Amino acid sequence: MIDFIQMIVSGIAVGSSYALMGLAMVIIYKTSEVPNFAQGEMALISSFFAMMLLTSFHLSVYLAFFFTLVFAVLLGCFLEFAILRRAKEPNVLGMIVITIGIEMILLGFVSWKFGAEQKTMPFPIGPYDSLIIRDIFISKLEVLTLVAALLLMIVLFLFFKFTKLGLAMKATQQNRVAAQIVGIRTNRILMITWGISSLVGAVAGLLISPTIMHPYMMWDPMLKGFAAAVMGGMTSLPGAVVAAYLLGIIENLFGGYVSIEFKTVVAFVIIVLVLCIRPSGLFARHYVKKV
Amino acid sequence: MTALLEVKNIETYYDLVYAIRGASFAVEEGSITAILGNNGAGKSTILKTIMALIKDQPEKGVIEFDGVPIQNRDTDEIVRKGIAYVPEGREIFEELTVHEHLLMGAYLRKDTPGVKQDIEKVFAYFPVLKQRTHQWAGTLSGGEQQMLAIGRALMLRPRLMILDEPSLGLSPILVKEIFAIIREINLTGTTILLVEQNANMALSISGTGLILENGRFVMKGNSTDLLEDKDVKEFYLGIKSETSAKGYQRWKRKKAWR
Repeated sequence: MIDFIQMIVSGIAVGSSYALMGLAMVIIYKTSEVPNFAQGEMALISSFFAMMLLTSFHLSVYLAFFFTLVFAVLLGCFLEFAILRRAKEPNVLGMIVITIGIEMILLGFVSWKFGAEQKTMPFPIGPYDSLIIRDIFISKLEVLTLVAALLLMIVLFLFFKFTKLGLAMKATQQNRVAAQIVGIRTNRILMITWGISSLVGAVAGLLISPTIMHPYMMWDPMLKGFAAAVMGGMTSLPGAVVAAYLLGIIENLFGGYVSIEFKTVVAFVIIVLVLCIRPSGLFARHYVKKV
Repeated sequence: MTALLEVKNIETYYDLVYAIRGASFAVEEGSITAILGNNGAGKSTILKTIMALIKDQPEKGVIEFDGVPIQNRDTDEIVRKGIAYVPEGREIFEELTVHEHLLMGAYLRKDTPGVKQDIEKVFAYFPVLKQRTHQWAGTLSGGEQQMLAIGRALMLRPRLMILDEPSLGLSPILVKEIFAIIREINLTGTTILLVEQNANMALSISGTGLILENGRFVMKGNSTDLLEDKDVKEFYLGIKSETSAKGYQRWKRKKAWR
């Protein structure tokens, strides 16, 4: 029984970083219908930026993280403004290839600038500090990830629900033309979307970096986040979050009871199943356009 | 009377299609102007060109609003000048509520109390919408969605309101209702430019009528005159009856105007 609960708790903890990556992907997908494969590497470069501030410039942790988040927002805005917006006659396939290109460039840049070996992030909480509550282990980092993820989700929820900008973003997501004719600058909205998404990804990157820190650190979380986003229907923020936690838990249970070797494969088996059985995702609720 | 909107000799390409071939017209301040024409004549394209919804168009020509050229600008800039657009097929936000729609309609406005007032005004025009305040727009009926699209345009407090086929897909009673409201909106001082297939309805409320054919205007006149015009009548019926030498009833298609 303890094993079972332990697995679920670790699953939830792992799920938090998937949830953040999933959210980041969904935020962009909703506005532009482009699955952003550069998401992981945008988070990667933000994490390395934080490391650089901490080790080379000796900034305090809070300051460094603050600047990192600012950097992440600017990076997202810049990529949208400088690259994606310039695409002539954009179609979804072309945009996807562009994001893959951005991914390669960022990955190459990080490997070249910082080297491909494992780094240590001078994070205030080490990866092995843990709490034991009634025989259940949970690392402090995991708790922090969970709290940060939940906080960010609440903030995003409030933002989309109650601010005019959030409403304008939702409007742009749902109908670009209609948004233009009420006077929304849809280009700018798209840029802000990339900024916010990059920020969410960077938070995930920062929280992953104490455990693993090398140019490929974001591969796994990014793919799992993508899996969660697909499971959640690609356009639903809560859907992606719930799917991410579900994925984390299922993965851990599978690893514990069936086969540890195939643990990471589970996510992709689930994607295939979901796409076969409910292609619109587990949690999507959508209206078909009336003519 | 002065022209609020003046379109001078615009030419628009829709991808490779030469859609508008040098069209000019003016909309007088405070009037209702109707553009008529059959499918593919280019009516909607003219409106989209005015609203800058077709990229990099018009290719040639000048569009002046209140004496200032507005062609080749971004859509939001044009909206900012006080032109509201009710697109063909409504173009609503499926998963925003009616209330949120009206807020978005007032996106460019900063005066919160005025916006609140105007929401009430829209509900006064369209009482059905009030019952649906917190319902997603995607769940509304076609007629309600059309009302919502008009309401959303009203929230801008526009000087000029452009409507693209407000009667599309509506029942005859609803069409009557919508047109009555369009006239009411006009009486409060909003200039209206209207594109319609329903020629009878459009000419009955408008002051000036224009007929578009293959990207060119072929006729212009007072709406009352156009309503009586033999060619217009025949053209919009599409067919004309005649009696043959042997006394059989024959139906003939009217040829296009060229």
